[in-house]
Amino acid sequence: MEHYISLFVKAVFVENMALAFFLGMCTFIAISKKVETAIGLGIAVVVVQAITVPANNLIYTYLLKDGALAWAGLPEADLSFLGLLSYIGVIAAIVQILEMTLDKYVPSLYNALGVFLPLITVNCAIMGGTLFMVERDYNLTESVVYGAGSGLSWALAIAALAGIREKLKYSDVPDGLQGLGITFITIGLMSLGFMSFSGVQL
Amino acid sequence: MSKMTAKEVLLNPIFNNNPIGLQILGICSALAVTSNLKTALVMSIALTLVTGFSNLFISMIRSQIPSSIRMIVQMVIIASLVIMVDQVLKAFAYSLSKQLSVFVGLIITNCIVMGRAEAFAMQNPPFLSFVDGIGNGLGYSVMLIALGVIRELFGAGKLMGYEILPVINDGGWYLPNGMLLLPPSAFFLIGLFIWALRSWKKDQLEKPAFKMAPQVSNKEAY
Repeated sequence: MEHYISLFVKAVFVENMALAFFLGMCTFIAISKKVETAIGLGIAVVVVQAITVPANNLIYTYLLKDGALAWAGLPEADLSFLGLLSYIGVIAAIVQILEMTLDKYVPSLYNALGVFLPLITVNCAIMGGTLFMVERDYNLTESVVYGAGSGLSWALAIAALAGIREKLKYSDVPDGLQGLGITFITIGLMSLGFMSFSGVQL
Repeated sequence: MSKMTAKEVLLNPIFNNNPIGLQILGICSALAVTSNLKTALVMSIALTLVTGFSNLFISMIRSQIPSSIRMIVQMVIIASLVIMVDQVLKAFAYSLSKQLSVFVGLIITNCIVMGRAEAFAMQNPPFLSFVDGIGNGLGYSVMLIALGVIRELFGAGKLMGYEILPVINDGGWYLPNGMLLLPPSAFFLIGLFIWALRSWKKDQLEKPAFKMAPQVSNKEAY
């Protein structure tokens, strides 16, 4: 149990997807002007991340890994080179399914997230989470915890950035820094703040 | 932008319409791989090739793709190209591919590739699209290499692993700025780059959301 808590805390704070690994930066910067939309997108990312990382974990363990096809009588097969293609396919499919399910059963949430759901397919944080899971060889439970944690880390970061940017738009920024430039420097400062978590061991 | 010559298409993205500086595309990997020049270089080459060829192939079949599934088709083409790059790297530069870890795979979700496929290759003939892909790749590379040089030279006193500025610990005179090797510095440097680029090309300036004078519409800046 302690192992999972420590993994979760590490995924949220120490290895923050957005601020330590710079994943999902494009959407991170583009959709962080308002706190509400940022939180909406954040929740969508948490949900998708918590589903896709374990799903890809299953695919990796039972289909792609070296010797994973032993149950089908093919112990020599190593399909891991197909990894990238299958992960992105799974991500796209799950996002699509999630969109349709939400549309049918939870229309209010669907309307709140509507625009952002398709965007999530190309969010590098999702793909990155899966690739880190493969690289670090997590098992199924670990990947559930890691998926939820890394999704939450991204949501936390985008909500915080949106809060700062809402205030920032009233301030007098030099011409060339206006907009994108000052946003980068803000993220830099946030990332510096999050670095104080590094070295936290549980 | 109906009649653009190949040269314009190639050179435009480097400064006038830089994918990182202006289009806010592909920032993820730009930050993570630039702590030394070697990974930055490899990443630039990989991305330039993938963007160029994905644009080429997508443009070739652009009139055959039904628009409802075009995303998936683009994704499959891009993913196959990235797998090729990944396999080549694993075969010929294994240690480098370990250093780049997940970021080669993340070229798939790099917005530059998707963005250019969607915005340019779907409307333009193959050769022009290929040139556009290479151009955008180069725009990305310029930024990446500049960041890589600054971060490695001043952060570790080296370039490509060769010592340029002798570091104090090894009996030299240069006190390295370790901060430059840490993630946050990449953000600061890109912010400053954008500042420099926009002071030079005034037309890229963004309008402030709020002027100091009251009652200005808060038109979205971009």
